[in-house]
Amino acid sequence: MAASNAAPFEQPASFAFDAESEAQIAMIVARYPEGKQASAVIPALYVVQKQMKRTTGSAWVPVKAMDAVGHRLSMAPIRVYEVATFYFMFNMRPVGTYHLQVCTTTPCWLRGSDQITEACRAATGIQGWGETSADGVFTMTEVECIGACVNAPVLQVDDDFYEDMDAEKVNQLLAALRRGERPPVGSMAGRQRAAPEGGPTTLTTLQFAPEA
Amino acid sequence: MLQDKDRIFTNLYGIHDPMLKGARARGDWDNTAAILARGRDGIIDEMKASGLRGRGGAGFPTGLKWSFMPKQSDRPCYLVVNADESEPGTCKDRDIIRHDPHKLVEGCLVAGFAMGACAAYIYIRGEFYNESVVLQAAIDEAYAAGLIGKNACGSGYDYDVFLHRGAGAYICGEETALIESLEGKKGMPRLKPPFPAGVGLYGCPSTVNNVESIAVAPTILRRGAAWFTSMGRPNNAGPKVFCISGHVNKPCNVEEELGVPMRELIEKHAGGVRGGWDNLLAVIPGGASVPLLPKATCDDILMDFDTLRAARSGLGTAAVIVMDKSTDLIKAIARLSKFYMHESCGQCTPCREGTGWMWRVMTRMVEGRAEASEIDTLEQVTRQIEGHTICALGDAAAWPIQGLIRHFRPLMEERIAAYKTRVQVRLAAE
Repeated sequence: MAASNAAPFEQPASFAFDAESEAQIAMIVARYPEGKQASAVIPALYVVQKQMKRTTGSAWVPVKAMDAVGHRLSMAPIRVYEVATFYFMFNMRPVGTYHLQVCTTTPCWLRGSDQITEACRAATGIQGWGETSADGVFTMTEVECIGACVNAPVLQVDDDFYEDMDAEKVNQLLAALRRGERPPVGSMAGRQRAAPEGGPTTLTTLQFAPEA
Repeated sequence: MLQDKDRIFTNLYGIHDPMLKGARARGDWDNTAAILARGRDGIIDEMKASGLRGRGGAGFPTGLKWSFMPKQSDRPCYLVVNADESEPGTCKDRDIIRHDPHKLVEGCLVAGFAMGACAAYIYIRGEFYNESVVLQAAIDEAYAAGLIGKNACGSGYDYDVFLHRGAGAYICGEETALIESLEGKKGMPRLKPPFPAGVGLYGCPSTVNNVESIAVAPTILRRGAAWFTSMGRPNNAGPKVFCISGHVNKPCNVEEELGVPMRELIEKHAGGVRGGWDNLLAVIPGGASVPLLPKATCDDILMDFDTLRAARSGLGTAAVIVMDKSTDLIKAIARLSKFYMHESCGQCTPCREGTGWMWRVMTRMVEGRAEASEIDTLEQVTRQIEGHTICALGDAAAWPIQGLIRHFRPLMEERIAAYKTRVQVRLAAE
């Protein structure tokens, strides 16, 4: 039985940035003018999510971490909460080792995203959106257009896009992930990025100076 | 038809090295100092003469937009590049960023210089993580080579380029929402005026441009406005990256001339409509926000701003979503309604409440579980949302439904009638 997205979970009692995160935040804050460090809130929340992934295996943003971000950037905690909950990419509850994000917006739907969803469900035992599989390996989320429409349908795993998918390729991909492998990102049909299948119809006559 | 020698994005498919060495071989960063030496007015005049219209959807003249920036300012000025590409159907900026990142970085320098900016912030959508890694590497290379940073390209001009990742909010593609987000807030659009050129990022003069608009600028300045206007059609100059998705045999991105016939675009580059041209049902020609066009219109329509507007649709982002006769068109549009409901920032009541209302009614329309008179009610509600919100998301949510009703009302009525018949048969059986 998969854990529903309303299942209770525990908030950690404390959160502190580790050395790696501190170094990243210092670099991020330097991009913005003096006194405008609030600009760093989204990047800092990413740092939190990555640290949680590193240390607990689950990429999410606990309340104490939002407080730590607020403290670091001299922002009231509520300002951090509202940003973290407004933007879809911050997970406000623990997720599985792999975060499967199925794009179901019209361009992907036209190319068969329903089959991608079904294949993910069958392979993970997850029924509803936002649920985590019983073994804690997969969380499955419905996402809106992720911007790879000419390579639809697309399944995003954590930060990586797997494109030109079908049910069989979903099974292969998820089996590989279970083995701890990470197949190369991009088109699972083996085509060159967003060029038409079988080769480009343009840019075939250009010669550039040698790149070596 | 556009020839390879006139294509701007010569590494659109990532076949060649995207980084500095490869970019230089393709002509990027070639004597950029000479472009800057023409001065702010020289650059802006050339851009105005080129007739380049913004590639982010609205089609506002880019050179004119740059000229709105103050000539003298006691505050810093900023260029903000909109790389929050989220319009369903659109994936062109992604390929510019990962395959031709130096065109964008060089564009940031010349555009920023022309508007007197001290820095560019490139706001990239959070989902484009791998793309942001490539772009950051290109920015780092450009700093290391002295192309940006202190004394950029030896011009005496100091200029920074920063990359900023968003976190999954379509609304941040709206320029003032993007600025709010960049300032560390929820992405809620601001009322205009004041416009960003007066009060933008951090309250300073700012200009927000789409990735493609910025990335084409260096090539236009090198090859000249006359070259650019020799392609396309009057008031719709130049080449453009098109994204062809949906029911075609070979979905792809391709750079073509503005004004290319839609049929030629689909058949020449995307392998044609699945099952042949006669199997076409409808096309959304410019990303999810623009009204769809039925096949009869698609037969001979040209892909440019003015022609598509005259057909009561739009070029938008030039994302062509093709739907063949197997498509449940009502469901396809209902899915877009769900998208807009999900992405409404919730600030304005007509949009916050209206997008959800429209989606719920559209869901019933998919089944046919409605009264025929509700089609008119739905149409009226779209009119009450359109134009009554701070930003254009309300309009964008209304237009796809208006397009559906305009061209496919009989389909909706048939479905409602079929549902009624089913219910009557069931009742009679009981």
